[in-house]
Amino acid sequence: MKKGFGSIVLDASFRVLVPFTLVYGVYVLVHGEYSPGGGFQAGALLAVGIILSRLIQGNEKALFNIKGNVALILAGIGTALYALIGFSTIFLGGKFLEYGRLPFSVHDPAELHALGMLGIEIGVTLCVMMTIVAIFDALTGEEEGI
Amino acid sequence: MDSFITGSLIYWLVAALFLLGVYGILANNNLMKKLMAMNIMQVAVIVFFLILGQKLGGTLPILMGSDTTVDHYINPLPHALMLTAIVVSLSTTGVALALLMRIQERYGEIEEDDILRRMNE
Amino acid sequence: MREQLPALIVVVPLLASLVAPLVAYFSTALVRLVAIAAILVANISAIGSLTHALTKGNWHYHFGDWAPPWGIELVIDPLAGAIAVLISFVSLVVVIYAGPYLKEDGWLKKGIFYSLFALLTTGLLGMVVTGDVFNLYVFLEISSLAGYALIASGGNKAVVAAFRYLLIGTIGASFYLLGIGYLYAVTGTLNMVDLAEKLPLLMDSPAVIIAIVMLVVGLGTKMALFPLHGWQPDAYTYSHPAAAAFIAGVMGKVPAYAAIRFFFFIMGAATGPVYKALQIMGWLAAAGIIIGSLMAIAQKDFRRMLAYSSVAQIGYVVVGLAIGNSLALIGAVLHIINHAIMKSCLFLVAGGIQWRTGNVSVEKFAELNKKMPLTMGALVIAALSMVGLPPTAGFFSKWYLVLGAIEADMWFYVVVIIISSLLNAVYFFRVIENIYMKKASEEAKDKDKDKGKGMFELPLQMLVPIVVLGLGILVLGILNEPIVSQVIQFVIPGGGQ
Repeated sequence: MKKGFGSIVLDASFRVLVPFTLVYGVYVLVHGEYSPGGGFQAGALLAVGIILSRLIQGNEKALFNIKGNVALILAGIGTALYALIGFSTIFLGGKFLEYGRLPFSVHDPAELHALGMLGIEIGVTLCVMMTIVAIFDALTGEEEGI
Repeated sequence: MDSFITGSLIYWLVAALFLLGVYGILANNNLMKKLMAMNIMQVAVIVFFLILGQKLGGTLPILMGSDTTVDHYINPLPHALMLTAIVVSLSTTGVALALLMRIQERYGEIEEDDILRRMNE
Repeated sequence: MREQLPALIVVVPLLASLVAPLVAYFSTALVRLVAIAAILVANISAIGSLTHALTKGNWHYHFGDWAPPWGIELVIDPLAGAIAVLISFVSLVVVIYAGPYLKEDGWLKKGIFYSLFALLTTGLLGMVVTGDVFNLYVFLEISSLAGYALIASGGNKAVVAAFRYLLIGTIGASFYLLGIGYLYAVTGTLNMVDLAEKLPLLMDSPAVIIAIVMLVVGLGTKMALFPLHGWQPDAYTYSHPAAAAFIAGVMGKVPAYAAIRFFFFIMGAATGPVYKALQIMGWLAAAGIIIGSLMAIAQKDFRRMLAYSSVAQIGYVVVGLAIGNSLALIGAVLHIINHAIMKSCLFLVAGGIQWRTGNVSVEKFAELNKKMPLTMGALVIAALSMVGLPPTAGFFSKWYLVLGAIEADMWFYVVVIIISSLLNAVYFFRVIENIYMKKASEEAKDKDKDKGKGMFELPLQMLVPIVVLGLGILVLGILNEPIVSQVIQFVIPGGGQ
């Protein structure tokens, strides 16, 4: 996809669509405990925003251009964030992923669980978004061989 | 007839979808079509799990108002499990597509008998 | 940290796999150390958990401190601990072996290889220690996806083999998921201990019978039980040589462990539909033993011969399950452990031969014992163990299987095991004869690649794992009495039938 589609209609309309998609993705992520949503769906939505701009504008001049190699590193960091939150509860004296021991001071133990879950969902979102971008790059890029 | 439609018809449909998927993997020649049939098969398994959580007259499992009797809400556990299964399906499709791109570059096409013929030359 | 050992078994290789691309971006020497250190930590945690399980009883570890059946738990009993130690040990040996293969590659390929390898280790270890059937499906798919990618990195033909393995493996995993769906539908729980309590009352309902059939097909596909073994020869032959030892030795055995867990611990195997299902699996396994050995005799490629031999060897384990009494179960578990070490050693030797001389055809193995004496010594020990000669390890596991078959009056299996040992002898002694007694042709001597100009025949990082595994076969054979009486004796649920 070096050149992209690039017609005038697509070029004008995607600039309206993509910001809404990204904001909707973040909304779905944060509302994971109140309504259907959560990390995986938010990651897919955010990836759609990035892929749409790359499809229309081509590989070089796209907004939010993240190469496939960097995407793999960021995907690993996203899931490592999840595992590190789980690990930190081991160091603070509890079992793996025991949210009750996270070092934030809130009044309600249920709120502490909600904060912990928000943390791991952010890690999952980053991982899924970068994985989908990496798959897209593997399918449409020209590889030098791996 | 009515109890058949509300009771067992959905299971028969899911079984037909699963068997269509397996038949598609076995009988197609084109590797891309095999991949799509595999996706259909995985979706059939996911829908089977979701059926297990339905209740007659149940609604979304979100606490609305002060009604807390269990019979009003469908079982949310199969939905949570199937979220993981959908992600597994996505990853498998991603790996398979990357492998297909590799095969297309090295062998020039993705029809299975042509690939096997070229591999054994 | 002492109480968190079961979580460390799974989480530390997972973390290493996730940060490997980032570490490789900065320094390629560091990523190898990170991978080896993580697998070493998993090894030590597995040994610690095994000793705890043997001395103080089963270890139930609740994730997030939620009590089951609401939460997911890890259960480490002697069987899980023993196989976890086996998996992490073989993984450590193979990751040390893989070093010289990656020397000329860039940071991306090194990082991704170690990441996939650690992910495969995580998946297999997670399958072994978990106490929840859906968690087992998740880890099964994690290990399978990492396996597909590792197999596909071996060249042109490997990509096609990996794609076909992907299709067949996904069918197997979907059957497994359907099976646990049926179990969830009738009992309402996914925890293994809870299922073991609720299932005995429901054993005759059609849903449980269908669940057993689905589990047999699903797990049978994953462990390459005859006739579902079609993916295995191509996948093992063309795979990347550094990963082939781990995949061939260990990845086919863990679904057999899952079958033991389902059919002997969750559902009692004494009577009823499980007994009949195990009988049918036994007949299929017996056919697989004979046909696998016959096909192996006909092969010219060394790795393809080993792949067909793996089809036969997993048949021994399933025959042990089908016989069902405690002696046969001891034989089956002992054969899982022994065969993992033997097959990994053989695949490491095959990779070493390919590294040094560039060919894998058995007929061109002539006079290799002069160039690579230590490697050929390990090959001879492993070959004798596969045939089943004392005091190597292979003899003792077959001995237990035959004793169990005699005690249960199943003479058919005794005949099958003895005939297949003779067939094993045919193709392995042919390889040994080619190495030691055949004269090399003149052109082969000229075309010697001679990569090993140094003191040793192979790079040291490749030679030491081969020698360690070869000696391990002898050690397992000589010490099999304490292993059986101290570890495996407690594996059998309630002493068997």
